[in-house]
Amino acid sequence: MSVPFLREIGTEEIPDWMIEPALASLSSLFGGLLAAERLAAGAIRTDGTPRRLVLRTVDLAERQADAEELVSGPPVSAAYKDGQPTGAALGFARKMGVDVAALERHDTPRGEYVAYRRKIAGRTAREILAEALPDLILKIQWPKTMVWGAKGGPRFIRPIRWLVALAGAEVVPFEIAGVHSGAVSVGHRQLGAAHVPVTIEDFDRQLYENGVIVSAAVRRIKIGAKIDALLMGRGLRIREDAALLETLAYITERPSPVLGSFDREYLSLPAEVLVTVMRHHQKYFSVEDAEGVLASHFVAVMNTSSDPEGLVRQGNERVLRARFNDARFFWTVDLKKTLADRVADLAHVTFQTKLGSYLAKTKRVQKLARKLAKLAKTDPAPVERAALLAKCDLTTDMVKELTELQGVMGGLYAREQGEPEEVWRAIYEHYKPASMEDAIPATLTGRLLSLADKLDTLQGCFEIGLVPTGSKDPLALRRAAQGVVKILVEGGLSLPLSKLAAGDQPLAEFLLDRVRYYFKDIRGFRYDEVNAVLAAGHDDLPDVESRLAAIQAVRPTENFEPLAASFKRIKNILRQAAGQAEPPAPQGQGQVQVQLLEAGPETELFQAFEKLRRRVKRSRAKKQYREALEAIASIRPQVDLFFDKVLVNAPDPDVRRNRLTLLDQLLSESSAIADFSEIVATEASASAGAEKTEPQP
Amino acid sequence: METFQDVLFKLKKYWSDRGCIIQEPYDVEVGAGTMAPETFLRVLGPKPYRVAYVQPSRRPADGRYGENPNRLYKHMQLQVILKPSPADVIDQYLGSLEAIGIDLRKHDIKFEEDNWEAPTLGAWGVGWQVMLDGLEITQFTYFQQCGGIDLDLIPAELTYGLERLTAFLQVRDSVYDIEWAPLATYGDVRLADELQNSVYNFELADVATLWSLFELHEKECQRLLALYPDYADKHRFPVLPAYEHVLKCSHLFNLLDSRGAISVTERVAVIGRVRKLALGAAACWVDQQSPVQAAVEVAQ
Repeated sequence: MSVPFLREIGTEEIPDWMIEPALASLSSLFGGLLAAERLAAGAIRTDGTPRRLVLRTVDLAERQADAEELVSGPPVSAAYKDGQPTGAALGFARKMGVDVAALERHDTPRGEYVAYRRKIAGRTAREILAEALPDLILKIQWPKTMVWGAKGGPRFIRPIRWLVALAGAEVVPFEIAGVHSGAVSVGHRQLGAAHVPVTIEDFDRQLYENGVIVSAAVRRIKIGAKIDALLMGRGLRIREDAALLETLAYITERPSPVLGSFDREYLSLPAEVLVTVMRHHQKYFSVEDAEGVLASHFVAVMNTSSDPEGLVRQGNERVLRARFNDARFFWTVDLKKTLADRVADLAHVTFQTKLGSYLAKTKRVQKLARKLAKLAKTDPAPVERAALLAKCDLTTDMVKELTELQGVMGGLYAREQGEPEEVWRAIYEHYKPASMEDAIPATLTGRLLSLADKLDTLQGCFEIGLVPTGSKDPLALRRAAQGVVKILVEGGLSLPLSKLAAGDQPLAEFLLDRVRYYFKDIRGFRYDEVNAVLAAGHDDLPDVESRLAAIQAVRPTENFEPLAASFKRIKNILRQAAGQAEPPAPQGQGQVQVQLLEAGPETELFQAFEKLRRRVKRSRAKKQYREALEAIASIRPQVDLFFDKVLVNAPDPDVRRNRLTLLDQLLSESSAIADFSEIVATEASASAGAEKTEPQP
Repeated sequence: METFQDVLFKLKKYWSDRGCIIQEPYDVEVGAGTMAPETFLRVLGPKPYRVAYVQPSRRPADGRYGENPNRLYKHMQLQVILKPSPADVIDQYLGSLEAIGIDLRKHDIKFEEDNWEAPTLGAWGVGWQVMLDGLEITQFTYFQQCGGIDLDLIPAELTYGLERLTAFLQVRDSVYDIEWAPLATYGDVRLADELQNSVYNFELADVATLWSLFELHEKECQRLLALYPDYADKHRFPVLPAYEHVLKCSHLFNLLDSRGAISVTERVAVIGRVRKLALGAAACWVDQQSPVQAAVEVAQ
């Protein structure tokens, strides 16, 4: 027999962004419980609103399957004498509460033992759940928890106020912090009743009638559909904002959008400011016309069903008006003092306690920016100017109020104050990229400034030991490092990574780690290709990108993987040889002595190599890595033949050394692009790459 | 129409009906109702307590010479402490809005995450800002720690922004236009206060004087707190006056800050100094209130 199961945790308002992760945690905890308790059930489904976390499943077994447990007794040798049970066997049977005839024997690694197969009757699901649910609920993972009763009481994200737990028609009885589970839910704060009796079958309907849409997916769809209806025929559309939609779906139990408007005169303020006020401070969608120009409207999403008297719309319009007035006031006042005049004020703004003020940072970033400009062979003056002014907006009222606009405001103020476009644009974009999806700054000056700013933060923090560990990265250093990598690659900036780390080994490794992440997880290159290319050098990231692209292009060709396997073999041979009494000349240093070459495959290999060598060199110099790799791959028949017919470890030490030198040259010519030994054979060519061992002389 | 003072009367009556002591504003400058001893000290220890009071709260840096319609140097908070927090605390709170004439079925109420932390007081809690039609009208906090001490009974703290709430009720765009009493606007009552304090805080306050006042209050507080361990008659010990010196320091710090007189390196250190005093006062208070001290008191 099986029953449906429903459990609702009723709480005070849970922060919107925590609800989905909590539901996932709940679902996995519950799944774990069912598995551990051998309770069969259908799929687990969760739903959430700010005030409830709902978990449902169907076909929950009403009781556990009966189980058996084998209890081990004394060894058979001690349990029976002459076929008769001894005291040991009788004692064990007595302990098990059965007749000695019910015992059986079983083999163990230690020998044969007497055992009793004990039946365990399955408990009912209700019993098990009643016992386990309180702990399970309190085990849900939250970023931050609270106590709401007395010290030492249960911790949860917000106070738990009601609990519904039903297995079929029956309540699963338990209690948390004085709240007893039952079959009564609670409706929407304004639209519903405080007591809503529910059954599993009519849970959603009962709650809907009491003002609550249980499913976030449905709330999301309703918001979208109702916004469409509001804007239909007006030539307007909202600026899509998936993150805001998500927030609104989880901050409401019954979402309804309202369309509000503001005075057109505010459109004279920068659109960045208006949008930020609406988005970040009021959680409004901004609205634009068909051309994408910001319109004097907004869409707010209420947590109620309607606004019959327009009071909610008017209230929101008034709030927005006050905020826009503030913004206009800030804009006017901030412009009275130029950014240049604000530089000294940065002494009063802390960057980081140990790293000093933003004035100190500004000076460091300026110096670094000049260095980077010189490395990039460009005029350092514009980026130095931009670096000087970049952080000054931190002293403006606008940024103190709308911190999300740091950088952007600096750029806008710089523009108003007549700074050249190269400078103001660099300031405007210097926090970019804000994420892996975000674009890098559009101009070289902007890129250099962004690099200098991020590198200064990284260098400073690593110097004072503020290194991210595990999930802890309060200063978002990973993001800064990721930004550095993205700018270097996508901005085509061949600035040596080792110089950017300023000799800090942990920082260099941290950056290299981000390089790997970037090419593998963001750009989708295979891990072995990334390893191979980075092993051949990782100082110049655009070059790394070109080499990776070449490998990716050449890899599917027939010669590549077998050749890679051969190179791996060459590397092994050379490594073994390096440990011997007469090692060959250091990598790439030796000269092949033609007179020592054996006619046939060895000479053929040498000649083929000599022929392609210049071609490879030329291609490499022009960074035409694909051509270079194709040329290298073309030597595969000669390499294969060589390994087939020639014994590298020849008895004559001179001949042997000469062969090793030939292989070494071959390897070093290709290794400048990628270390082929890092390439892991794909299945199709795996057999071709199987290693052979070289016999010892 | 509800005047500013009507709103106050009704909210006080509402919370009085729900078992709160109606206190009067504390008479030392504070930055928030939380800092008044009725909250900061009373939330400590195991004794249940319910209190509501209006607290004029001073934030020197927020002054705008009376020119900004929404920003004030000094604003009025209604501070409600329910210790321990009752299970229906949110319903009680929503009832208070109905009591001042807000028909919640015609409005949009949201509880948006807003955790509160006051490093100078060693205090933090979790809660929400309560949004009414997009306007933040109340800060709702479940205190977790105060004076660096985990709380025995978790109180709910409701802090109403009275000017905003009244501007909402009266549909005014500027706080100065709200009616305080019939025929008297908020501006009539308070504009001069805003203007003059802004001039003082931003332009005329003497930095050296403020620093020496800060140091005097700090010293006096330290002197008192150092006496506590050996003070024989604990229940007579002046913890409350010592705490008043903490408040003075805190306010002077805010003044110095609005004057731009505190440098980066100083800032963290000065906050640390105030915090140390606050933690010291809290620890004395808890000890003074403890059952051991209470028993000594009874015995005497």
